[in-house]
Formats: sequence, C-alpha cells, structure tokens
Amino acid sequence: MNLWAWVILASGAAYAIKLLGYLLPRRWMENERMTRIAGTMTIGLLASLTAVNAVAHGQAIAVDARLGALAAAAVALVLRAPFLVVVLVGAAAAAGLRLIGWG
Amino acid sequence: MSDGHPQRAGGPDDGAAPVPLRSSPGFRVGLSIAVATGLYGVSFGALGVASGLSILQTIALSLLMFTGGSQFAFIGVVGGGGAGAAAAAAATLLGIRNAVYGMQLNAMLAPRGWRRFAVAQVTIDESTATASGQRERLEQRRGFWTAGLGIYVLWNIFTAVGAFAGNALGDPKQWGLDGAAVAAFLGLLWPRLKGREPAAIAVVCALATVLAVPFVPPGVPILVAAFVAAVLGWVSHARATAGRPLEVEGLEPDVDPYGHRGRETAHEPRDARDARAEGDAE
Repeated sequence: MNLWAWVILASGAAYAIKLLGYLLPRRWMENERMTRIAGTMTIGLLASLTAVNAVAHGQAIAVDARLGALAAAAVALVLRAPFLVVVLVGAAAAAGLRLIGWG
Repeated sequence: MSDGHPQRAGGPDDGAAPVPLRSSPGFRVGLSIAVATGLYGVSFGALGVASGLSILQTIALSLLMFTGGSQFAFIGVVGGGGAGAAAAAAATLLGIRNAVYGMQLNAMLAPRGWRRFAVAQVTIDESTATASGQRERLEQRRGFWTAGLGIYVLWNIFTAVGAFAGNALGDPKQWGLDGAAVAAFLGLLWPRLKGREPAAIAVVCALATVLAVPFVPPGVPILVAAFVAAVLGWVSHARATAGRPLEVEGLEPDVDPYGHRGRETAHEPRDARDARAEGDAE
C-alpha cells in the first residue's frame, strides 16, 4: 500500500476515534482503567517518539547532533519557552553543531 | 469529569442576556490559544516535507487527521524510515485520548444531530482545555468553537506555509530540521510530565524503544513502547484499586490556556482548582 493510502486510513481512524467519544455511553467515561491506559499510552508514545528521533538511524543507534538538539530543547522547556521557540532552538542546536563539524 | 462543571441556575442559557462576544472569556481565551497553536502549524508543515511526505500529503494530514500529536507521530515514523502501517498505528494510538476528551465534551456541550460530526473533528487538546476552563455553558461552547475552528483554519494555513517553505529549504539536515523534530516531540511530552510517575513511565518507554531499535523494523519500536505503556497503565491501575489513590496522568490536555495549571499546581485536587478559578472570575 502506498503512503497516500496510509495517510487516508490513519486520518479516517483519527476521526472515528474522535466521533466515538460522542457516541459511546457515558459510563465508559467513568471507566478508570480505560482512561488511565489512554493516559499512560499518550506519555509512552511521545517519549518513544522523542527517543527514536533523537538516536535511531534506521535499525542502528547513532550519537549525533540530534542529541544536542534534545538537550537544547530541554533547557528551553525548563525556561518555559513556548512550543515554537523550543522547535527553533532544537533546529538551531542541530544545525549549529553540524556547522562546527559534529554529528 | 462527571462532577466538574455544574450548570449554574440562571446562567446565560436560561434566558438572561448573554455577555457580548467581544468581552466573552471563552471567546477571548479561544482566540489567543488559536493564534498560538495555529502558528506552530508552520513547524509541522516544514517537518512533514523533511520527513519525506509530499507537500500535498502533509497538507492532507492537517486537513483530515487534524490532531497535532498524531500528525507529528505519523511523520516521525515515516521520517525514521518506518512503514506506512507503523506510522498509521502510532498516530491512531496517540489519538485515543481524543475519545476521552470527546466523552468529557459530550457531557459538557451535549451536541445533537449533525453537529456531533462537526464537533468531533475539532475535538483536540486545545479546544477541550479551553472549554473545560469555563464554567457557564454558553462560555464553554464559545470557547470550544473559537479554539476548535480558529485552530482548524490557522493550523491548515500555516501547515501549507511550512510545507512550501520546507520544500524550498533543500537539505533538511543542514537546517537542523531533524533536531527540530526531536525538540517538537519533547515539547509535546513535557507538559504531561507532572510528577514522578509520568516521568518514570516516559523514561521506561524511551528505554524500551532504544533497546528495541536494533531488533525490529523502523517504526515498530514506537509500538513496543505503546504496549509497555499500556501494561504499565493496567498494572498501576490494579495497584491503585488495591488501596492507593488513583491519578489519571497524561490525559490533561497539553495546553493550559488559563495559566493556573502549572507544574506547581499539578497535584492540587481538582475541586481546589475549580474553587480558585471561580474566585478568579468574580
């Protein structure tokens, strides 16, 4: 299946999940286990995506400028920078490190 | 949040003159959050193209999928060399929280008929946070629609801007766009790390991911982490029901339009927070 098909399919799934919230019976909302797992999965997925984008290179682990971007972004977040600034700081750190010949 | 937002007797919905739109708190907060969030659509657009999607595919994700975390997940997996199936799976799993938001908003806004289908598409972190910060029904509605529709319009405009700009940049690595992606995911994760437990879950899942990378195809480590996170949620739920108080982590929308849900107040009981929010309003 080409990428377009997955774009459409994943978008359809995203909409179906949103709609499900309005169609499911109310008692599901009070199901603590369900909401708890949705919460831990949100954290786990974002942490995993952060890790993959920082160190994975295909099926290898690579230490390069992206780790510098991770550290710089963390500093920006500690200083309570807004999201867009955090992204720009990450880009600047990676580009800067490459400019001086690292990663 | 079955107990969260009592309707006030004599509120605007019951016939009293409503606050004009320009001084409506729901409208104002919705508008400012729409501008702030809509703007960073530019980073999604640029990163989407850098990850290998076409300009049109990047734009289609914002128009159709329209839930930031899942969109970033999709391009994050594709950018790392993962298959479309893994990208779709990661995006779908990350979208599950929207169903929980939908259930909360269903109790709050009670949309009927065709409106439910429109409400559903703009049910995201930001519109949920804006609506749940208001106490009166009319303001909840105004906040939800202003944030939801405002972000939908601006997010899509700025996605397109970012996609065309990113395409014109040339080599994404030279501009540090791979570093920008790392920063974006950390930025999405950060507001959810309130307290020791979510931080521990994040560390365990990140480690599980790194350990899985050499052994499975690209993209799959993210699904391994999702499974680990689900097991952690299941196990800790069992432990919590066996006597410890339960806290739902990671399901507060990742934005705080009202500025009183900072890290200091993260573990304050909701009732105290609501009481103060009421105090602020009066």
